[in-house]
Amino acid sequence: MNNFSYQRAATLSDVVGKSTFVAGGTNLLDLMKYNLSNADTLIDVNALTDFHAIEEVPDGLRLGSLATNADTAYDSLVENRYPLLSKAILAGASAQIRNMATNGGNLLQRTRCYYFYDAHAPCNKRVPGSGCSAIKGYNRNMAILGTSDQCIAVYPSDMSVALSALDAVVNVSGLNGERSIAFEDFHRLPGDTPEIDNNLQPGELITSIDLPEKTFTKNYSYLKLRDRSSYAFALISVASALELEGDTIQEARIALGGVAHKPWRVKEAEQYLTGKKTDRQNFAAAADIILQGAVGFEHNAFKIELAKRAIIRNCIMALDPSTQLPGAQPSA
Amino acid sequence: MAQIGQPISRLEGKLKVTGAAKYSGEYNVPDLLYGYVVNSSVTKGKIVTIHTGDAEALTGVVKVFTHLNRPGTAWFDMQYSDMDAPPGAPFRPLHNEEIKFNGQPIALVVAETFEAARQGASMIRVDYQESAFETDLKKHLDAAREPKKGMATMLKPPPPKPTGDFEKAYAEAAFKASAEFTHGTEHHNPMELFTTTTLYDGKGKLTIYDKTQGTINCQLYVGNVFGLHFKNVRVVSPFVGGAFGSGLRPQYQLFLSVMAALDLKRHVRVTLDRSQMFTFGHRPQTVQYTRFGATAGGKITALNHRSVAETSQFEDYTENVANWSPMIYPAGNTLLEQKLVPLDVNSPTDMRAPGGCTGLHAIEATMDELSYKLKIDPLELRLINYSTFNTAENKPYSSKQLKECYLQGAEQFGWSKRSAEPRSMRKGHKLVGYGMATGIWDAMQLPARAEAKITKDGKLHVKSAVTDIGVGTLTVMTQIAADEFGLPMEDVVFSYGDSKLPFAPIQGGSFTTATVGTAIVFASKALKKKLLKIAKSSNPGFKDAEPEELVFKDGLMLYKEHSVTLLELVAANKDKPVRTTNLGYPHALKLRKYSRAVHSASFVEVEVDEELGSVKVTRALTAVAAGRIINPKTARSQVLGGMVWSISKALMEETILDANLGKYMNQNLAEYHIPVHADINELDVLFVKEEDKVINELGIKGVGEVGLVAMPPAIANAIYHATGKRINQFPIHFDKLIDL
Repeated sequence: MNNFSYQRAATLSDVVGKSTFVAGGTNLLDLMKYNLSNADTLIDVNALTDFHAIEEVPDGLRLGSLATNADTAYDSLVENRYPLLSKAILAGASAQIRNMATNGGNLLQRTRCYYFYDAHAPCNKRVPGSGCSAIKGYNRNMAILGTSDQCIAVYPSDMSVALSALDAVVNVSGLNGERSIAFEDFHRLPGDTPEIDNNLQPGELITSIDLPEKTFTKNYSYLKLRDRSSYAFALISVASALELEGDTIQEARIALGGVAHKPWRVKEAEQYLTGKKTDRQNFAAAADIILQGAVGFEHNAFKIELAKRAIIRNCIMALDPSTQLPGAQPSA
Repeated sequence: MAQIGQPISRLEGKLKVTGAAKYSGEYNVPDLLYGYVVNSSVTKGKIVTIHTGDAEALTGVVKVFTHLNRPGTAWFDMQYSDMDAPPGAPFRPLHNEEIKFNGQPIALVVAETFEAARQGASMIRVDYQESAFETDLKKHLDAAREPKKGMATMLKPPPPKPTGDFEKAYAEAAFKASAEFTHGTEHHNPMELFTTTTLYDGKGKLTIYDKTQGTINCQLYVGNVFGLHFKNVRVVSPFVGGAFGSGLRPQYQLFLSVMAALDLKRHVRVTLDRSQMFTFGHRPQTVQYTRFGATAGGKITALNHRSVAETSQFEDYTENVANWSPMIYPAGNTLLEQKLVPLDVNSPTDMRAPGGCTGLHAIEATMDELSYKLKIDPLELRLINYSTFNTAENKPYSSKQLKECYLQGAEQFGWSKRSAEPRSMRKGHKLVGYGMATGIWDAMQLPARAEAKITKDGKLHVKSAVTDIGVGTLTVMTQIAADEFGLPMEDVVFSYGDSKLPFAPIQGGSFTTATVGTAIVFASKALKKKLLKIAKSSNPGFKDAEPEELVFKDGLMLYKEHSVTLLELVAANKDKPVRTTNLGYPHALKLRKYSRAVHSASFVEVEVDEELGSVKVTRALTAVAAGRIINPKTARSQVLGGMVWSISKALMEETILDANLGKYMNQNLAEYHIPVHADINELDVLFVKEEDKVINELGIKGVGEVGLVAMPPAIANAIYHATGKRINQFPIHFDKLIDL
């Protein structure tokens, strides 16, 4: 870890155009201790009070980028109107980390790929062109969708899986002013530039995340499959949100975590479910569509079939959200 | 009231939970220097150039130590050997340019602040000449060879010689079960980081605060390696935040801290960070093979257990994986083998029930498999093969109440509600399984010394260099000493964790209570004799008394109708404390006719999601026969801890080794998975009554490892019962349990 200078930003104009920002620091400090991030200056943005609030806006709810994950998950507006988001946040990290981590930081957290975290192993995400150790290494927790021959890392956020399903919008501020990015356009696939995680431009700061009107308060579920019940990243996670009329699906949203370099959503599968009955076969057919093109590696091929089963189970749990267990564990 | 048998809470508990307990990294003195270690990023080869200039130029950095400027240390391998050293040449930090394993310490940056030391460490650049390496055990099984023998072999004897004719008996057996088992590397990962704070007291005298399981072990090591007089080296370790075996050997931060303190004539602290804890001892990778044969009635006739484990290229670390089966099940035909494959890794080290929890998995899963083939209930199969005779040593056990563990455990668990067939019990879309397994661990005792002293305030002071690695040693020793003199706990002071106190061996192997407790009994006996001598000269009523006739109670020494207070006795000694130091030791002559072991049986219920594979250990019970239980509360905690580690071992824990890179990849607690609270459901412990009049004065066997040997296979067996899938690789990942 290197020495660095620390500045506290008071206003947005102190911030835009600069780097590196620190808010909760729950990921950045790890990266610094591992000598993976060596910023000379950290700009602490926590004092930007405009971005702490969780407030109603005409078409939905605005989550301040600096609100903590814990405050967001337990906020009564979020709990009542976007319970899927609350469940997903609470399935992530640990209570201590959620108390520190912010919403903006959650979106920007980096992969947990072992090889990325090892300063000496070849890794195209860390050192472009150095190679990918994961493809022929231990890849049980790596991606099966949207991979490239450069990188098979997974984006680890739980919160973002729900945000993706809810069609959230990311509001950012930069030297060229403000802009809004649809959630599905925020994170990137690795392609030939695995070192770039998202479409944020240098010097841009996430100011807030907007949740649109559709809340899916009646039929939703978040399921997370992992090796222990808390403080473990998802091998597979699924966010399901359904709008029903009787047992007919009016609208379906399904997003996967733990399988790709970004939350994975396949609109075609959601369209397939529209107008269909809420039966297992239909969910299974949607799962097949979602997993189309999936490619497994030596240790993670199981994810393809397991993801399908997780989708089916989670959509069934969404029919009766009371079946969801704490920690987003499979229903009893 | 007798203190032994009381569920007394840890005497140091409040200090620990309030943060008042001081650990080795918390002894702060003015002008303390901080050392940060640089580790090799290659697995094998040579350091060609090590560029230390940038680090040396950094403000605050005092000195950078490498193999090029390391101060001179001892010449001979023997001088680097410690009480737990396996046969071979112990690793010497900064010895020369050669790299023997990934993460090998290659430099120490010493600075005025921790931050400067850490930054300096990140500025060191190394040019290596790399060589080909091998770290994958499975690729090199054909290179397996017999382990070398040495001092360590005394505590870990090789497997007994073959008996009968295994191959013939196995060929003829009516029922057979055979399997291969794979266990990966694991690291101890105690909560407390490894830290040594060395205070340079001038004139080559050192006070060393070290995280260790043996103060005297470290004292001797430092004395030998640095050519210091033992009396000038004091190693102190009053609180240890877990160790699990990783503190049995002096670790490299001790060497480096002492080296820097002596060279710079300053106080130096060296702390290893979490990932650096993955660069020393670990549980070795193993592959095991079993072949068990039985008669149609379920009598085991043939036992074959082979294990192949990794070791380093420089030491033959061996743990007893394959010794156990004939200690549990009498069979006329046995063939047991333990072999090693040297790989380019650091030497493995004892870790949480070393060997036992590896070997028992294979034995008890094979027994389980056999039970299904025989169509005999797994518990019944154990009872059919029950014996209080140890066929491995051809001796009876000094005591063995394992049958009561089986029976009382089964009753309390509700084993009779188990339906025989796999996949026959379910709850919603969860498959439910019951599994059980047997546990065994050696009931060892080593020699140790203890001091006992009565002071003029009537208090009893008892002393031993032994550590308390968090298991309740302070409390338990105080109880033992209190009962020797009929005193309340408040009147007994137990001093420990300091090498200047009477000799105690390293704390491990579940032998500490028997070892140090016996030393306290011996010292107490001697002290009673001294007190009697004083009484005889000052109180005619005691003239004819023999030490065995004395009764100690409420601060009094009683003989028939005569009594004298301990206060009066010290007064009669001119107010000088009455004191004695004695050696406590096992009664070799009495014991040689017996085998000694502690036993357990675990019963486990699991639920497995049929579609998704998710596993939950919903409840478990471990019944233990461990002789006399000094403190049911700390003993229960020990076994509960072992049960939590059992869930860890069976389902979660693994150090991921990338054989392409020759290194461990998940070097942090986010990725090295151990259970969280939400993974732990109903756990219970049952101690069955077991009296052992032979084993030692107190009838103690020791609990610790025994909590971790039976439950991992019981979990595997429960998973088989639930799913019909026999997964012989630990940890059992949930994705192995679904039909793909």
